[in-house]
Amino acid sequence: MSMLKNLRNPGLWLWMAIVLAVGLWPVITQRASTREEIFTVLLSVVLASSLNILLGYTGYVSFGHIVFFGLGGYVGLFLITAYGWSLWPAMLAGGISSAFLALLLGQAILRLRGAYFALATIGINEAMRAFINNFEPFGGPTGISLNFSVYNDYGGAANALWMLYGVMLALALLNILLSYVVKSSKFGLGLLAIREDEDAAEVMGVVTPRAKTWAYVLSAFLPGVVGVLFFFKNGNIEPPQAFRLHMSIEMLVMVMLGGYGTILGPVLGAAGYQRLRGLLLTSDLFKNIQLTVAGVLLLVIILFIPAGFVGWLRNRFPKLRRFLP
Amino acid sequence: MILQVNNVSKRFGGLQALSGVSFELPEGQIMGLIGPNGAGKTTTFNVINGVYPPDTGTVVFKGSDITGAKTYEIARQGLARTHQIVKPLNELTVRENVIVGACFGRQNLPLGQATDVANEVMEFVGLGKRADQLAGSLNVGQKKRLEMARALAARPYLLLLDEVLAGLNPSEITRMTEIVHKIREQGISIIMIEHVMQAVMSVSDFVLVLDFGKPIAYGTPTEVANDPKVIEAYLGDPKLAEQLSSHDPVS
Repeated sequence: MSMLKNLRNPGLWLWMAIVLAVGLWPVITQRASTREEIFTVLLSVVLASSLNILLGYTGYVSFGHIVFFGLGGYVGLFLITAYGWSLWPAMLAGGISSAFLALLLGQAILRLRGAYFALATIGINEAMRAFINNFEPFGGPTGISLNFSVYNDYGGAANALWMLYGVMLALALLNILLSYVVKSSKFGLGLLAIREDEDAAEVMGVVTPRAKTWAYVLSAFLPGVVGVLFFFKNGNIEPPQAFRLHMSIEMLVMVMLGGYGTILGPVLGAAGYQRLRGLLLTSDLFKNIQLTVAGVLLLVIILFIPAGFVGWLRNRFPKLRRFLP
Repeated sequence: MILQVNNVSKRFGGLQALSGVSFELPEGQIMGLIGPNGAGKTTTFNVINGVYPPDTGTVVFKGSDITGAKTYEIARQGLARTHQIVKPLNELTVRENVIVGACFGRQNLPLGQATDVANEVMEFVGLGKRADQLAGSLNVGQKKRLEMARALAARPYLLLLDEVLAGLNPSEITRMTEIVHKIREQGISIIMIEHVMQAVMSVSDFVLVLDFGKPIAYGTPTEVANDPKVIEAYLGDPKLAEQLSSHDPVS
């Protein structure tokens, strides 16, 4: 009952409508360049919103979250090339593999707190890259390439690009809804309690190992799914591409920029960061140091507006909270 | 007996924090736990509610052995506590803090019902007007009441109160003492650690005195206050010993 009541939040539907409208814009104008730009933003929305469940709700900093994106991509492309699976079950399998990895890792490293957990997550990403690099079924260092004919099942490459874009838009909307449902649930309240004070949460009866593991699993699932989508669109996958540590850090910047722990924060953070990155990459002065700018940005946010853009707005204008989920 | 603590010992490195602590608490009663600083009072609480497993001894709660169980398992069996150093969930509202207590406590309520319980408990401890404020913005007295509200929202059988009166002004102490009395009327058993002697003596049915991790006296407030060993343990403060023996606990 209360779940249905919660879904009546006006802010949620307002922003879902805005994301849908922005997402449909390239479809209306039929411009491929806009579509590619927005595809990147929507991918970032999924990655950042997923990370937010762990980072923003539960308070655990994962520096290696991109491992779930890469692993999902590998599993999906492997199933498509080796067993002729269609994209849809492959996407699901990619998500499940990543979620399963998170479940196993969770048992081991979610006992660690603070900086120790963060360090362990970096280790996982690097270990996974080294492992895949030497794992022959996944092509070792050369990775997996798709045969161009694979797109024929989806109406040819040109049509497939539009279709993949549509799926990405749907996944981004789904992720926003998922973030909202998790946050307004009892499970989500337990996560917020863990973020604020894990010891106090335990004393109040929150079963912290279970809650943290499920948060980790949930935050790994959709990155795995979009990993398959992204590398399917890309046509090939290689270890250095799949497990880029700096993408993990960019995900963190997006969440912090927009406002950790809010629904809208990672969405605006992803859009804002990708816009900035686009501007930097096309400027002569900054194109080689755009990651440095990301680092400085993260530092400035943490020092001056730790709540992020949406968090700052919510604190500054409490009356607008309904519209800033 | 709602709680039986049998021969519990706990050592931290070179410090024997507790040695051979035993006591029983009958249902519906209030036990005061007193002793000089560092006597092991909070450690006793931590052993009872599972923060640390004891080195030796057992803790039996409502007939089941909870020695070494996890804090959240014990919480769900109906044992709630407050903290001496308050632990508010700062970025959540007062109401959300209390809902956490109700949701994950003994009754394991769904959100909707937990909200009703939270509203009721906030009124009971006098935080009703602060419900939508962030917990981090409360003052010390209010944070102590928030600790109390979160623990009560769990609908516990046994409540461990760790210095809920410390740092409060006299009118706040009166108010909090009234709350403790009302909680007892609801049939909830209580163990309270307290330094405010008048309060602990007037509220408790029994008092256990710890000194250097050992129980040195156990009995009614009058018996304990007249026990020479207790007076000796507090001798660093002779005035306090005097105050203890002159106080009439019958009120």
